[in-house]
Amino acid sequence: MSSSNRQAPQTMESLMAQALLMEREAVARYTELAEMMETHNNTEVADLFRKMAEYEGHHVAQILADMDWAEDDFAPHDAGTWATAEPPESVPVDEMHYLMHPWHALQLALAAEQRAVSFFDNLVREATSDDIRRAAESMRDEELEHVALVKAWLQKVPKPGAEWAVDPDPPRYAD
Amino acid sequence: MNDMTAPLAFAAADYKSDYKPIWCPGCGDYTVLSSVTKALAMIQRPPHEVAVVSGIGCSSRLPAYTTCYGFHGVHGRALAAGTGLKVARPDLTVIVAGGDGDGYSIGGNHFLHACRRNVDLTYIVMDNHVYGMTKGQASPTTEPDWDNKLSPGGTGVRAFHPLVIALASGANFVARAFSGDPNGTAAIIAQAIRHPGFSFVEVLSPCITFRPEQRQWKELVHAAPVAETDDPARAARRIMTDDGFNVGVLYAGSRPVYARAKEASASLAEIEAEFAL
Repeated sequence: MSSSNRQAPQTMESLMAQALLMEREAVARYTELAEMMETHNNTEVADLFRKMAEYEGHHVAQILADMDWAEDDFAPHDAGTWATAEPPESVPVDEMHYLMHPWHALQLALAAEQRAVSFFDNLVREATSDDIRRAAESMRDEELEHVALVKAWLQKVPKPGAEWAVDPDPPRYAD
Repeated sequence: MNDMTAPLAFAAADYKSDYKPIWCPGCGDYTVLSSVTKALAMIQRPPHEVAVVSGIGCSSRLPAYTTCYGFHGVHGRALAAGTGLKVARPDLTVIVAGGDGDGYSIGGNHFLHACRRNVDLTYIVMDNHVYGMTKGQASPTTEPDWDNKLSPGGTGVRAFHPLVIALASGANFVARAFSGDPNGTAAIIAQAIRHPGFSFVEVLSPCITFRPEQRQWKELVHAAPVAETDDPARAARRIMTDDGFNVGVLYAGSRPVYARAKEASASLAEIEAEFAL
């Protein structure tokens, strides 16, 4: 699995490349989740995921600008640098449910942002130069802002009741 | 610009079509699709030089979601169509995709002989141990004690072991992957495409609608503890004794790849003459 090859970035370029990959995969995943929900007519959650994709997209643009990289630079599939099977900021697909509420989606987004904070926090500790440490700290702080933003958002959505997944016409066979 | 930031002619997104998947939210097949497109970006083959062939079932919808040539064929016959295509058009990269019901039950016989022929194509099976499209019946890889309303107490029938069958039947590349590790799966699929002969990639792809307990697979999968081998005997021993959640390339061999005869040894008229009444 991808996790076995993890290595702390040794140069500023490799750090930013890793960050770019993580953010791009987060954009792709949120977009994919939004499309999933649109297909299943859960527009409220779809809109939320689109918004999250937009936020992560800002990070992508920021990294490209900081490094003077073009949009089509860098292979988007250079795996093997994560401590987990997926990049830390990607929400796992298997956590989706067609009846999920915004509260569930925000819980997943919060967990993803917190994993991103931990990821950069580790890089701060493992940094081999002051430049890399400062850049990792800066990105960690941006992720902390996202954590705060998602937490504030969570305060505005109701927590669903225990029966949220009950479907009077479920996809299972009838006996 | 250096190696790390080199632009590529094709990105993963270039292999994704505008059609949006209609799989259940949470289905493992979403990330398998993503892995296939990433693998194609890794090998940088233009979409029009790739054909994706499938049979019937949830996972067999995959060709429509790519920009490659696609053929959504008959239940269980994806390998027959894919084999014919590769023999007729050896210049194409042919990927055959499907599920465990389509590939191991309805198409079981084609699976055996596709392995035996060792035609240079890649077969990706999204295995969720259930017939999802028809609403949750036991499939060939379902555990014998899976208790549900359609097979109370379980079927009691031993589960099919596709990797052992593939190895014993002559496949030249045998691997297991997990949909929850899309980048790892992409790397395995890319290796499978590059490897000559019949490459078989079994992807554990949870069906969270009819087998919600499969969400636990992500806790069970683990990297293969030993490196890939080209020794079929070692590979067989490993595959027969593993726990079913060993992820990685389990066999990468050098068995002779099917090659079309250069010239016919007799004309059609000569052959027909032998059978004339």
